[in-house]
Amino acid sequence: MARLVWIALFALAAVAPFWLSGYHLYQFAQVMIYAIALLGLNLLTGFNGQLSLGHGAFFAIGGYGAAILIVKFGLPYYFAIPLASVICFIAGFLFGFPALRLGGLYLALATFALAVAAPQVLAFKGFDAYTGGSQGVQVPKPDALFGLHMNVDQSVYWLCLIVAALLFWLAANLVHSRIGRALIAIRDQPIAAETMGVDAALFKTITFGISALYAGIAGGLDAVAVGFVSPESFGLPLSLAFLVGIVIGGLASLPGAVFGALFIEFVPNYADQLTVYFGENAKALPGAVYGVMLILAMALAPSGIAGLMRSLIRMLRRA
Amino acid sequence: MVEFLHQLSSGLALGGVYAITALALVMIFQATQLVNFAQGEMAMFSTYVAWQLLQSGWSYWAAFAVTVVASFLGGVLIERVIVRPFANAPVLASVIVFIGLGFIFNALAGFLFGFSVQSFDTPFDGRPWFGNKFMSAHESGSVLVSLIVLALVFAFFRFTPLGLAMRAAAQNPASARLVGVRVGWMLALGWGLAAAIGAVAGMMAAPIVYLDPNMMSGLLLYAFAGAVLGGIDNPWGAVMGGYTVGIVENLLGAYVVGQEVKLSVALVIIVGVLVVRPQGLFGRRIVARV
Repeated sequence: MARLVWIALFALAAVAPFWLSGYHLYQFAQVMIYAIALLGLNLLTGFNGQLSLGHGAFFAIGGYGAAILIVKFGLPYYFAIPLASVICFIAGFLFGFPALRLGGLYLALATFALAVAAPQVLAFKGFDAYTGGSQGVQVPKPDALFGLHMNVDQSVYWLCLIVAALLFWLAANLVHSRIGRALIAIRDQPIAAETMGVDAALFKTITFGISALYAGIAGGLDAVAVGFVSPESFGLPLSLAFLVGIVIGGLASLPGAVFGALFIEFVPNYADQLTVYFGENAKALPGAVYGVMLILAMALAPSGIAGLMRSLIRMLRRA
Repeated sequence: MVEFLHQLSSGLALGGVYAITALALVMIFQATQLVNFAQGEMAMFSTYVAWQLLQSGWSYWAAFAVTVVASFLGGVLIERVIVRPFANAPVLASVIVFIGLGFIFNALAGFLFGFSVQSFDTPFDGRPWFGNKFMSAHESGSVLVSLIVLALVFAFFRFTPLGLAMRAAAQNPASARLVGVRVGWMLALGWGLAAAIGAVAGMMAAPIVYLDPNMMSGLLLYAFAGAVLGGIDNPWGAVMGGYTVGIVENLLGAYVVGQEVKLSVALVIIVGVLVVRPQGLFGRRIVARV
């Protein structure tokens, strides 16, 4: 049943470009990019119980990595993005190694530092030749997929859709496997899990790596979709938006990543339109909504929109 | 040499701000084993309150006192209303609530006071103190204020019955409750104190870094680095760590890495401490009993 719903949704998303305008296609491509990043963060935070406040930095490594490989090394994007995400995996693995041996709080502190420092490092003059300093890097838009007849927005959209579907399928397999059960065991009963022979430190570090890999793929796609990377777009606000996304969408839920992505893509968008009523200070609205929703979600709906949907379906079945 | 001493003393001035912010973080940590990620935004909001009072013509020290008291009450209120319901929730939930609080204060400050950068008055203007060539009057003043705050906090916890009760509540809640300490209220008081200290830190930092809704994210990061460096369960360690980070950050910024990437110094300190000596310089290693 669930599988049928997924296939139907995928089919619907696949034919959407025939109706939607360019700007809406761009927005939904962004939703899929965010969904990939949230999926990665959710593997780490939702399933494995490790809090990262710095996934914006891995998103940035993916984005910059892909942009530099495309522009400076002349690689096509379908090589550049996977290569950049492998770099992300290694970066995540190395970064997670010291922090993960300790309590979850230390990882939160270290990743917070990563998120705050990332824009400064990206803008660092010493790397100007590659990163373009505070100017960033322009990335050419991709060609039409498979040589078919389509415009740029459509090819970006379908590219994101195909990659997102593939990554969701992989994540679903991972979560429902032995490894997935080990991750959940480490989250809920770390000591018992280790007694059962789960190497907690190794699993946690690999999960951090995989999670960074997902963020990196999302970052690479984002660089291609936006056509531009710059330091200021990868700061603490992005990392915190990812956290908001998985909490509102639903911790430890795969569909939750999609709900969360819709939330963080469209809430700031609609808040912007309220400038008419509130003036310039309407810029504060997305933050206010995020903050209130985070606290309310933790108090009333710890499993987010995905959890609410599950209980709704259960109620409908019973009725 | 003069330039070096100058950098050293401005490091000391900001170090005082980091030190008292780190102290506020450690106070909450000792009682709850949690790091308050909203500490910076709360301090920023307090600073805006002081700014608003100054704008409406109050004298500096009146505005200062009212802001500190209001922040204290605000901190108590936040603990009772927002943090308390999550007392038994997992770490993840608490940290998410703190981040939510941070979002709310940031948005509130932007909405009420605007997003543009404001200058903030200092009570210590005029000529440098004691013919001191290396520090501006504000820098000397903020070092002095941070030392006074530290002395007051020390005296409070060391010499007053209430301070003793708060320490008891933090170290052994069950026994403290049995001898009549109202542990819940002690936590709320801790939040109030942390908010009040944060307000002082914000008001000392604002003349240097200028006031805007995002002024504290860098400062909070340095305070984290200070707390981790000194040992997050040790108040003295955190204070020492705060001063050290202030000086190191300033010197490295001036001579080694450059001003543009100073924040990565904090990142390197945090990761370095976690790799080499996770309990920090003065912290105790925690051994969990299975």
